[in-house]
Amino acid sequence: MTDMTETPTVAFPQSRTCPYHPPAAYDPLRDTRPLARARLYDGRVVWTVTGHGLARTLLADPRLSTDPTRPDFPATSERIAQVRRRRSALLGVDDPEHRVQRRMMIPSFTLQRATALRPHIQRIVDERLDAMIAGGPPADLVPAFALPVPSMVICALLGVPYEDHDFFEGQSRRLLRGPTAADSMDARARMEAYFEELIDRKQRQGTPGDGVLDELVHRRLAEGELDREGLVALAIILLVAGHETTANMISLGTFTLLRHPERLAELRADPDLVPAAVDELLRMLSIADGLLRVAVEDIEVAGETIRAGDGVVFPTSVINRDEAVYADPDTLDLHRPARHHVAFGFGIHQCLGQNLARAEMEIALRTLFERLPGLRLAVPAEEIPFKPGDTIQGMLELPVTW
Amino acid sequence: MHNETRETHETTAAAPGEASGIRIDIDHDLCIGAGQCALAAPSVFTQDDDGFSALIPGREDGGGDPMVREAARACPVSAITVSETTA
Repeated sequence: MTDMTETPTVAFPQSRTCPYHPPAAYDPLRDTRPLARARLYDGRVVWTVTGHGLARTLLADPRLSTDPTRPDFPATSERIAQVRRRRSALLGVDDPEHRVQRRMMIPSFTLQRATALRPHIQRIVDERLDAMIAGGPPADLVPAFALPVPSMVICALLGVPYEDHDFFEGQSRRLLRGPTAADSMDARARMEAYFEELIDRKQRQGTPGDGVLDELVHRRLAEGELDREGLVALAIILLVAGHETTANMISLGTFTLLRHPERLAELRADPDLVPAAVDELLRMLSIADGLLRVAVEDIEVAGETIRAGDGVVFPTSVINRDEAVYADPDTLDLHRPARHHVAFGFGIHQCLGQNLARAEMEIALRTLFERLPGLRLAVPAEEIPFKPGDTIQGMLELPVTW
Repeated sequence: MHNETRETHETTAAAPGEASGIRIDIDHDLCIGAGQCALAAPSVFTQDDDGFSALIPGREDGGGDPMVREAARACPVSAITVSETTA
C-alpha cells in the first residue's frame, strides 16, 4: 500500500451546496487532473481519479476490484464501512462471478426491452400525473411522481407487487442512508426476509408470472444456476438500484431544468432534444458521485503507482466536468454531445439498467413539462432540502405548483 | 452459450489497394450487454436474445454509418473493434 498519510488532501465525500453542482470544496480536485488524492472520514488517503480519459481506462481495469468484503476496500463513512461487510450481487462482485450474474440479467435489460416497455412507462407516468394534478396544486413532486414512476416500472419488470412499495421504498431509504449502520443492516435483513417470502410464493405458483424474478425462480433457481441466497441478493440490488437512482434523476433533473428557464424553454420547443437533454443532465448531475474501488495489483498510471491495497475513488461529478472533454462544463447545454459521460460508470459494472433509466427519464421529463406548462417551484429554491454527500444525490422534497 | 465468441465482418467491395471498407469485430467474451453500441449506431448494432451485441443483417459492413466508431468508443468494455480493410 502506498504511504499517503503526509499528502495534503481534500476531504471526500462532502455535501453539495447547490444540488446540481459538485461541492465547491472539490475545486482542488478539478485543478488536479487526471489523478489526485482525497481523505476519507477515517483519515485514510485514497487515489482520486479526476480525468475523464483516465477514469474510463481505470473503471475498465480488472486490477481494480469492487468487492467491498476485501479488507482494504475503502468506505466513505462509518455506516458504510459496517454495512459493506456483507456481500451484494453484481456491483459487489468481481469477474468471473460477476460475469455469470450479469449474463443472466442482460436479456431483460437490453435497449429493445426498454423500448418495448415505453408504452407501459408512458401509462404509469400519465396516471401519476393525473393523480398529482387532481390533488393539487401544490404537490411534493418526490412522493407524487419522481419516486412512484420508477418504483412502479421496476416492480412490473421484476414481478414484485407494487402494493408493497411503502415497505421496500422505506427499507431502501434506510439501506442507502441509515442514518445509523444498525438501520441499514436491519433494512437489509428485512429486505432479505421479504424476498425469501416472495420467492416462496413464486415457487408455489403453478404458472410463473412474466417478471424477471419469476424467470430467475422458475428457471435459474430450479436448474441450480443460482442459489437462493444469490437470488435474494440479486433481487435486492435490482429493486433498490431500479427505483432510487432514477427517482433521484427525475427529481433533481426537474429541479435543475426549473432553475434553467431558458434551457427548459428550448426543450419544450423541441421535444427531439429530450434524449440529449437526459444525457446532459446525467453528466451534469452525476448522482452516483463517488464510485469506489480497491487495487488488487500495482498499477502504473499517470506517472504514479497505485499499489495493491490502495483505495481509489471516482467522483463522477468532477470527472464529468473535465474541461478537456466538455467545454464550459458547469453550463447546462442541451446541444452538447454529452454522451461518453461516466454517470452510469464504465467497464464491466456499467449500469445494467441504463437503457430502462433513459427511457423512464425521457418519458417522465417530457410528459411532466408538456402536461404542466406553468410548473414552477412552490418555495424558494434555497429552502428545498437535498441529499447529503455520502449517498446517491437527489432532492429530499420538491414542492411544486403550476 | 456462444461457442464462437468473436464475430468478424468485413467488406471488400472497392478497388484493390484502396481503403475499401471497414471491418467490425465484436468480442462476445468481453460483451456485457450494456447496449451502448445499439444506442449509438442503431442502424448497425442490435442486441441478440442473450443481450449480446450483434450486427444487423445486411449492415455487417457498417453501411457507411459514421456512428460506428462512436459505438465502438461508447462500449464500456472495448468489445468492438473497427478497422479499415484494403482489398
